[in-house]
Amino acid sequence: MELNLPIYLDNNATTPMDPRVLEAMLPYFVEKFGNAASRNHSFGWVAEEAVDYAREQIAKLINADPKEIILTSGATEADNLAIKGVYEMYASKGNHIITCTTEHKAVLDTCKHIEKIGGSVTYLSVQADGLIDLTELEKAITPKTILITIMYGNNEIGVIQPIKEIAAIAKKHGVLFFTDATQAVGKIPVDVIADGIDLMAFSGHKMYGPKGVGVLYVRRKNPRVKVTAQMDGGGHERGMRSGTLNVPGIVGLGKACELCMNEMQSEAKRLSALRDKLEAGLTQLDESYVNGNIEHRLPHVANISFKYVEGEGLMMGFNKNIALSSGSACTSASLEPSYVLKALGLGDDLAHSSLRFGLGRFTTEEQIDYTIKAISETVLKLREMSPLWEMFKEGIDLDKIEWAHH
Amino acid sequence: MAYSDKVIDHYSNPKNVGTLDKNNKNVGTGLVGAPECGDVMRLQIEVDEASGLITDAKFKTFGCGSAIASSSLATEWLKGKTIDEAIAIDNMDIVEELNLPPVKIHCSVLAEDAIKSAINDYRVKNGLPELIEEKNAH
Repeated sequence: MELNLPIYLDNNATTPMDPRVLEAMLPYFVEKFGNAASRNHSFGWVAEEAVDYAREQIAKLINADPKEIILTSGATEADNLAIKGVYEMYASKGNHIITCTTEHKAVLDTCKHIEKIGGSVTYLSVQADGLIDLTELEKAITPKTILITIMYGNNEIGVIQPIKEIAAIAKKHGVLFFTDATQAVGKIPVDVIADGIDLMAFSGHKMYGPKGVGVLYVRRKNPRVKVTAQMDGGGHERGMRSGTLNVPGIVGLGKACELCMNEMQSEAKRLSALRDKLEAGLTQLDESYVNGNIEHRLPHVANISFKYVEGEGLMMGFNKNIALSSGSACTSASLEPSYVLKALGLGDDLAHSSLRFGLGRFTTEEQIDYTIKAISETVLKLREMSPLWEMFKEGIDLDKIEWAHH
Repeated sequence: MAYSDKVIDHYSNPKNVGTLDKNNKNVGTGLVGAPECGDVMRLQIEVDEASGLITDAKFKTFGCGSAIASSSLATEWLKGKTIDEAIAIDNMDIVEELNLPPVKIHCSVLAEDAIKSAINDYRVKNGLPELIEEKNAH
């Protein structure tokens, strides 16, 4: 097969849209442009029918009822709606929320907002492999706790949290359980009934659907969960999220869910084999380490640190031909490396030296072979010009050096 | 973020990568930055005692493309200069030459620090007082 450059390995940031999804969406821009809330004419009926169908496709993927699907502009909005909405709705019961330090910023910053308006939040630390400690979780629950929010699969290291166990603890204490499942839905089987999830957020553009559309799943039975709307208006989405529905986007998300449902099993197998090949190839290099738990993780994610080379400098060696992310944040004003990797207990130096690989539906074996070769060459080249590598080779303990800190 | 052509050129074909014998009296070594900050530069100069000229300069850098380019450029500029001329190299000269964006100015500061640190090391080895330069304390 011919190798097309550049290679896209940043599928955790966003996925390309599947052409089949685009095809499903196209009629809903010009020809079938109706407002799904227009109940009095055929333009509205056509749009509503399309949304209803998409809602079924979406619900089916996660084993939910279509009525439990609240359509939003994306996972960030769904995260905000879940956390702020539960906080307001259940204010009479308590004001305490439990989350963990490796959550996405959409959850962490929403929790910080909750603290600013008088709520209290516990940020659980994670173990060295990225998993939370269930005993710690249970210990953190107080009579005031109303919500546990723990992500399904991590966007940087791919680690899958023990969702069923978390849900069981939540249920035992009468606390709601919300999970940001943006990286998991469509990639691995997610079943809100079997998993015991009360609220769940995910997004179209991480599963080969369009950007600008996402979902908040809100359980209707055992228990019946409600969230206070964060956007006021026409009372769409059972009053929980006002705003004219993004019909083409929703149709696209529905199609994307259907495709994931049909192809997930074989695709997960294919991707984990490619990911394992990539990891095996790159860990052939001395002093390279896989970050995060390798048993409980998403099939398409790998996060590897190459000690003694800096991530951004490393990417520069191949970023004309390979697109991926680094845990180094050399470009950001803060100069702080990945907070997720730091939460695992990695030193800043290892966090600065990490690359995140996000494989996807259009990743080929040829691309993986090319990537292994290109990255290995760059690591070797940069180590030749790394003073740290030279010191390491001379047996100098870098931790014992008094560095001039910025 | 797009890199300037000059940064890409220094990154792809770095000048003067290597190591001088740090125990040699004529060699001054500067090691600046910290692994936790994502940048470490080691810059070395070799000085001809008779003429006072810098006859050789080498670097090794752990860091982003701009940090590698800044140190590569610094070694090029140092060769053939006197110590006094070398001290006068300002980080903004590096910024200008490499067209570094604001978030990368710290790379040029680090290169200037490395030059001064190497010169000081040479001076101390040769019984001269250290230069007092607090400009870049950070």
